[in-house]
Parts: sequence; structure tokens; C-alpha cells
Amino acid sequence: MNDNNILEQQNKQEYLLEVKNLVKYFPIKSSFFRRTIGNVRAVDNVSFKIKRGQTMSIVGESGCGKSTVGRTILRLLEKTSGEVLFNGQNIFSLSKKELRKLRPKVQIVFQDPYSSLSPRIPVGEIIGEAVREHNIVPPAEYDDYVSRIMRACGLQEYHKSRYPHEFSGGQRQRICIARALALNPDFIVCDEPVSALDVSIQAQIINLLKQLQRDFGLTYLFISHDLSVVEHISDTVGVMYLGTMVEYAETAELYSNPLHPYTKALFSAIPIPDPDVKMNRIILNGSLPSPANPPKGCKFHTRCEFCMEICSYTPPEYAEIAPGHYCACHLYNDEQRQAKAEETMAHAKAEEKKNGKK
Amino acid sequence: MIFKKQKNNSSYITTKESRRISALNRRLTRKLEKKRAAASSNPASYTTTMHDSNNVVEFDNVCTWFFSDVGVVKAVDGVSFNVPKRSTVGIVGESGCGKSVTSLSLMQLLQRPQGQTVGGEIRFNLGDGKAFNIVNTPNSEMMKIRGNKMSMIFQEPMTSLNPVFRCGDQIDEIISLHNPKMSKEEVKARTIEMLNLVGIANSSGVYMMYPHELSGGMRQRVMIAMALACTPELIIADEPTTALDVTIQAQILELLKDLKEKVNTSIMLITHDLGVIANMADYVVVMYAGRVIEKGTAEDIFHNPSHPYTIGLMRSKPVVGKKVTELYNIPGSVPNPVNMPDYCYFRDRCEMCVEKCNGKYPPEIKLSETHIVSCWRFEQEGQILDYPKSVNLEDL
Repeated sequence: MNDNNILEQQNKQEYLLEVKNLVKYFPIKSSFFRRTIGNVRAVDNVSFKIKRGQTMSIVGESGCGKSTVGRTILRLLEKTSGEVLFNGQNIFSLSKKELRKLRPKVQIVFQDPYSSLSPRIPVGEIIGEAVREHNIVPPAEYDDYVSRIMRACGLQEYHKSRYPHEFSGGQRQRICIARALALNPDFIVCDEPVSALDVSIQAQIINLLKQLQRDFGLTYLFISHDLSVVEHISDTVGVMYLGTMVEYAETAELYSNPLHPYTKALFSAIPIPDPDVKMNRIILNGSLPSPANPPKGCKFHTRCEFCMEICSYTPPEYAEIAPGHYCACHLYNDEQRQAKAEETMAHAKAEEKKNGKK
Repeated sequence: MIFKKQKNNSSYITTKESRRISALNRRLTRKLEKKRAAASSNPASYTTTMHDSNNVVEFDNVCTWFFSDVGVVKAVDGVSFNVPKRSTVGIVGESGCGKSVTSLSLMQLLQRPQGQTVGGEIRFNLGDGKAFNIVNTPNSEMMKIRGNKMSMIFQEPMTSLNPVFRCGDQIDEIISLHNPKMSKEEVKARTIEMLNLVGIANSSGVYMMYPHELSGGMRQRVMIAMALACTPELIIADEPTTALDVTIQAQILELLKDLKEKVNTSIMLITHDLGVIANMADYVVVMYAGRVIEKGTAEDIFHNPSHPYTIGLMRSKPVVGKKVTELYNIPGSVPNPVNMPDYCYFRDRCEMCVEKCNGKYPPEIKLSETHIVSCWRFEQEGQILDYPKSVNLEDL
């Protein structure tokens, strides 16, 4: 009993965040009676864990639901079903009061530093507002605290009285990071923090994020579509396609040995800054299917070059193929999964026939 | 304390100063507009000949300035490079380095009267040994060139298509404008042919669709179809893939490469993604703070980057498969565009300074037949060519 408790506590400490079968649908309303006539399946059964002090990245095309995952985890959006455990605590079961206590612990840095800062509030206030609201430090130390945070993020103290429009993109992103950091969080969701910035500024911001992680022991969920940045910053990487996680592994493993055809295509499309490297691009045909009406079976089968008959009937199981390497693809089915999938396919075919006859 | 305005702030100007600046701007822009009007009414002043008939465009010490409320912003200041026929020239640089302004000067799409090309020549090849100096070309002539001889693909396909017209109509407009003799049916057939060419499978369907019904990649394809509609000699692609995903980016780049072969055009590719440049470009021009600091073939730039800025840019980009603990970042930031220093613009951020860097702005130094760099470090090694020619504000 006692041992169990200790084990559980250790487990708690190891994983800061656990996402279990998270589902988020956005209802489509009809224009007349506001009836729900369908769902946009933005996030469809996504599970992952993040270890304390590590960085997990989610990559994928736009519209694949990666930002929605980030926002649902913070409860900026309500879930449809599933669980998100933060420090072992299910954040969807928290009351308003408890949620308020949790808020400073989980923070977010948004994509576009041009639209995520209020143009009417000076920078010192942008960073300090929430500090005062949540009583992070006693009022007497407030000024010093804000200055300290600003210095940690590479901003000067005299920037306090300036307004966001006076800053360049990179500095604005520093302000956004300082705003998140000021609440002394454990966990920060970085929603494409560098995609709006120049290459040289990107490097500065990435270095800053890494530096802060070392100094403050932060855990990041890094959402991005830039695969070279992701490789640089993250410990583990999840690849999303049309609302589902198709592959998950440690960074080195995933980059050296991508399994899912979508991941392979994604990696082959990275432009390499060397004119002599002949690129062997796997060009995906067509574009992302609509998440309101995803294809049956494997969601990727419409664009996949290894598509088999089974793919269009049975959705593949998200299974551990090598230790720590998860992938959802029929190509890597073992006997058990194959048998199960074939059974489902036979069932689906029979159903189809029946419907066809009617 | 928070609300106190700081006077030592570099962007702070007094009312008196501000009045002086706007009076000066008014005087200068009026004078420049007059000069322009005189030049553009006389065909002799805007027809020239190309220095090399194998080039589509020659930029020769182009200076494009903006007369803004805080002073004169020298967005482009003495830029020279050539775009040879049937090749892709990539222009790289940070935002605000003048790469877009260079292309806008070429299209004569600058916001006048604040934005003025105050010096230099942009020679555009019209074939048969004829060329126009775009700087002085009147609007009536420009309208025949724009969209017909050169066209532009803009950065954001979301905002550059008109939301209230069908995609087909928008392409039709360009074709019928430049080919007034074509009948409506012919124009439509041509549009659908163009849509097919850019790889849109359902071309007659897309012809009838509004832009919001298409995805980002498809919209960019429509933009490319529009740019290609009159088989121009030059396509300016201003960050054509920045707003797109990696997989769609790969599709679009492949498409541009293909089309270049099919239609025989030159492409001026503006981007800050070095990966894209390496894949696409034959020649690369690196710009920094309104000046060209290095130019050469793609091999020159990527295998032998010579200017400290180019080297920094290469090192600051994480590359898949290359593990580094910390990314290099170029210290400091771009100097204030209103008060550019006399010495090398990159000196304050440079880690390889030599003594000469404190002196004049470095000239173009020829390292090899194709490779030219503006940096004092190569003074001994290469052959010194010209200094970038700017215009004195007092001479205007």
C-alpha cells in the first residue's frame, strides 16, 4: 500500500502532463434552427504524455488540429471527451476557483506577436498585470520582479513604459514570453512562436526558450510546422494528421527512422540549404481532406502511396511498434492487429453490400 | 512612472523637428514628381539599351527612398544585380532589408509620392535591342508591361485575390486586357488552359469558384496561373510559400520549377528561407539594410559564404540532421534606417571586423568570375570593383 503510494508519486513527478483520448469536436450549426448538423473533428482521440522538464513538439499541416490540442489542454476550449491530467489532476473536473489557481501554472505563447499584445497597454503593464492579479509577489517587490523577468527575456528595464508598436517582431515575441514567464509557470504551450519571425531572430528566440527551460525548469509543448526547428528544440515529437496522432517517438528516433508514410513525406519536403543535395521529395497529391467529413478507414489513405485495400475500411490502431515509438499505420501491423483489422474490414464490406442492395 | 515618455528614446522627435521634416519632404517630393513627369513624357529619356542582351532585367545602382514622417528612409540604396534570361535569381535577407521594395520598384508599384526611386536605372529588356528604363517609364507604358511582360506572385494568397469575384473572372480580366482582340470564349479557354497548367485537376470547377472556397495551396496556384496568363518574361515571386505548409510548399516549388521550363521565363524569387533558395535558385543575391552585400551562383553562396552576415544567416538556421547545442545568433539588430552610418552597415554586429571597417562603406569585391562580396576582409584577395553609388540628399 505504502509502496504503491510512493510509486504513484514518482509517476506523478515523472509526467507533468498526461493527455488521454482527448476529443474536441466543433459543431456545425445549420443556419435556420441552429441545429447541429455535423462536427468538425478537430482533435480525434489524441493521447500523449510529457515528462517534467522536457519539450514535446507537435508537428503537422495547418488545419490538422495541433493548435486546438494546445488550447484544449489549457482549457481555453472545452473538451468533447477525454482527460487531461496536469500533475495528476484532471483539469476538466476543476471548479472555477480551482482553475484560477491552476492558471498561473500553465501558460501559452501565441503565434503572432503582432496581434497577441494589446496596443493600448504599456509593456510593463502587459507583463505585470497578471502578476498583480494572482499575487505572485508581495506588492512591494512587484516593480523589481517585473524588471527581473524582463531582463531574463532579454528586454531592458526602460522598455516598461513603451507600447507594443514600438517593438520589432522578435522583441514582441520576447514580451509574450516574458508575460507567460512572469507567472512562474511549470508548463508553457508555445503555439508556433517563431513562424512569424526572420531566420536570425528565430535563432534568438529558440535560444531564449532553451535558456529559460534550463534556468526555470520549464516544460514545453511546442507546436510548429517547421521541422528543422522542432528537431533542434524537442525531446519527443508527435506528428498529427487530420486530428489524430499518427506517429510519436523521441526526436532522434523519429528523424532517423520515420515509419508512417505521412511522416516520411513531411520529412522529404524539408528544404535543405545546400544546392547540391538532390531532393528526393515525396510529393503528396491533393490537399488535406475536410475535417468535417474525414475519409473512412485510415484518414491518410486518400494521399498515401502505400495505400492498401484494408486502409480504406479500417482505421489503423495507434500502437507501440518499437519501444517508445508509436505509429498508426497498417504497414506495421503484427498478426494480431492484422487479424483484427481484417475482421473489421470484412464487417464494413458486408455492411456496404447490404446498404447498396437497399 | 510607467506613463512617462522618455526623451532619450531614439524614435522620439520634437514637434519642431517633425515640422521641418514634413516641409522638406513636401518640397523634395514635389520636385521629384515634376522631374519624373518631364522625363516620362519624353520617350527618349526612358528608352535605353541593355548592357547585356542576355539579361531580362538589370538593376543599376537603384535607390528607392521613402520620405516618411521621421525622416528619409533609404530602403534601397545603390542596389545592382542582373536577372539573366531563363534563370532563377533568389533574393535573401531579413524583413526590412529592401528585398520587396526592390521588386516593387521594378513593377513601379511604389506608393508615390512618398516612395520614390531617386537614382539609378532599372533596365527591362523588351527584345529587339530595345529596353525601358523603368524608373522613368510613364504609367501608360507600364500598364502594357505589367502582367504582360512581367508579373508578380504575392506573399499571401489569402489577401491578394479579390473575394467578390470568381477565380476565373480574375484571370480572364488579365488576358482580355492584354489581348483585346480575343473573344470571350477564347479568353475562357485560355484561362482554363492556365488552370490546368498549374495542376488544378478540376479546372472548370475552380473557374466558377470564389477564392474562399479554395485552400491556401490552391489559391496560390490560382495566383500563379494569373501571373503566367500572358507568358511573361519575368515572374517576381514575393515569398510565394511563406504562408504555406511544408508539403504544400514542396508542391508549389516543384510547380514553379516545372513551369519555368515550360514557359521559358525568368523568376525573381524573394524569400528569407535559405532552404527554398538552395532548391530553386541559380543565382543568389543577399541583401542587408538596403544594399547587396553578396551575390553569386547558388554554389558560391552556399559552399563559400564570404560576407559575415551570410555566414551568420547560414549558421542561425537549424538544419535537420545536424545537431548543435546552441544556435548561432547574429548579435544586435539592423541599424535604424533613418540614420544609416557611413561605415559598413554590418560593422556593429560583425565578429570578424578588420581595421578598415571603421572607414568607408566597402566596395564590391570580385572573388571569382561570378562571386561578388562587399566586405573589407577580401580587399587583398579580390579585385575591387565599384562602390555602391548612392544619391546625396542635398543634390535632390
